[in-house]
Amino acid sequence: MVKKKEYKEWPPYAPGTYVRESDIREKKITYTWWEPEVQYSWSLGPAMSKFLQGLKAGKIYGIHCKRCKRVIVPPRMFCEYCFGPTEEWVELKDTGIIETFSISYLDPDARRIEEPILVGVISIDGASPQHGFMHYFGEMTKDDIKIGMKVKAVWKPENEREGSITDIIYFKPLNGGED
Amino acid sequence: MKEVAVIGAGMTLFRRHLLETGKELSFLATKMAMEDAGLEKDDIDMVVMGSAPDAFDGIHMKGENLIDGSAAVGKPYVRVFNGGGTGVFAPIAGWWHVASGVADICLVVCEEKMGNCYPHPQTAFRHIWDPILDRPLTPNLLWLFAMEMNRYMTVYGVKKEDIALVSVKNKRNAVDHPCAQLADPNITVEDVLNSEIMAWPVNRLDVSPPSDGAAALIFCNKDIVHKFTDDPIYVAGTGWSIDSTMWTNRDLSFPRYLAQAAKMAYKMARIQNPRKEIDFAEPYDPFSYKELHHLEGLLLCKKGEAPILTREGVTQRDGDFPVCPSGGLLGVGNPIAATMGQKVCELYWQLKGVAGKRQIPGDPRIGVANAWGDIMQMGTVILLKRG
Repeated sequence: MVKKKEYKEWPPYAPGTYVRESDIREKKITYTWWEPEVQYSWSLGPAMSKFLQGLKAGKIYGIHCKRCKRVIVPPRMFCEYCFGPTEEWVELKDTGIIETFSISYLDPDARRIEEPILVGVISIDGASPQHGFMHYFGEMTKDDIKIGMKVKAVWKPENEREGSITDIIYFKPLNGGED
Repeated sequence: MKEVAVIGAGMTLFRRHLLETGKELSFLATKMAMEDAGLEKDDIDMVVMGSAPDAFDGIHMKGENLIDGSAAVGKPYVRVFNGGGTGVFAPIAGWWHVASGVADICLVVCEEKMGNCYPHPQTAFRHIWDPILDRPLTPNLLWLFAMEMNRYMTVYGVKKEDIALVSVKNKRNAVDHPCAQLADPNITVEDVLNSEIMAWPVNRLDVSPPSDGAAALIFCNKDIVHKFTDDPIYVAGTGWSIDSTMWTNRDLSFPRYLAQAAKMAYKMARIQNPRKEIDFAEPYDPFSYKELHHLEGLLLCKKGEAPILTREGVTQRDGDFPVCPSGGLLGVGNPIAATMGQKVCELYWQLKGVAGKRQIPGDPRIGVANAWGDIMQMGTVILLKRG
């Protein structure tokens, strides 16, 4: 043990040295640099493989948890709530409602973009309430989009689909977006 | 279970870039906490490190890199992390080291260097998304929070003006914090509403900045705390809980995982009516709406009521229930794990009455802090109280 330092106010000082972005750019400070190069490949497991093969065929599949009585999408081989196995695949509709959305002026690296991306979560018809996935919206403007809007998938042409979430290009308004 | 006291706290300056390395920042925060407690390295039994995604620093398994600056050489040491939840989870881990009786004195150090990552710290977040369904859509992490904010606003009829008040309050409170990165004594609601739209409904001034920084806390077994202080602060309760990774299968309007964590902490602290029995709060505020979301998740008000309390001035530093008197993440900065400094260190300083110009009036006796992490699913809660 040592004698305590007594101060009236805490934190008593703010240790650390501020460096401006320009100090780095102009090499006013000493630094080093590294650009990692790495690739990954993921095998997708039985549930996601079936789901993505379904997308390739223009279908959205969910799966049933009989114990919780819910139809789950995106599907998985087990239910994370009751922890039982899921069973019985269910073909869902390619329509749904907008659960929430954002109008994004940022790309993945936080660079600014002119034309905003409309993106959100779609609850898929035929699945349990609030079961869906993230996707883009199209054929609507930032002024039209609203939570609760009815939407329908717009698919890539069959010969261009590759078993990816991007086999759906975006979701567009269904019947003008009204119920 | 042993009763656990807090006997020292420290934190560094928070800035987008700091010259010091992660180890050096850990050393600076730790030294300040040791000065407060009157301890040397040999007095510390065990060390917990909190640091969030490796991808910011760019040093994989950075817990090991940070050991030397954390007074941990030659001692039992563990790194804990759950993304943004780490700033409160690391002190929870420090608490359980002592509560279990395994250590008498446990140091907790939290470090983050986000400024290392280019072209922007957001780039590191590319790697935390689900690779199967989310990454092919090339998401930006702000999308998640924008979607949650929109859902919250729509379900409870909350206006952006009321949410902007949180940024105004916290950035003004931060003027009194010596470590603050984005304090602004003159900011107005109009400034927030007129700032650049990043991902609607999130504007630039609704968002906390990426930061470098570190913070430290020292926990001590109550049986020996008299050796260090006559005026100990105690851990009254802790709680943590996590929801499903499948965030598109949950209603984002209410953080039920946080309510679960809060109930666990309140039960431990024997609190039945949190709003009446707790004097102030430091909820996690990386975005303006999150302070409101978290006040509701912490069961300190009804669902949808937090914006009303904010509008009525209840959550001001001199209000009936002060919230984020530190200046929060919005004002002081957001070096993910190191936000332990504005959250848990701030509870300690406020309860000791040494917060200076930030000191809330009325002799506070018990305060609560939370943090929030992983993919909008982790709630971590801690309560500190006067002895």
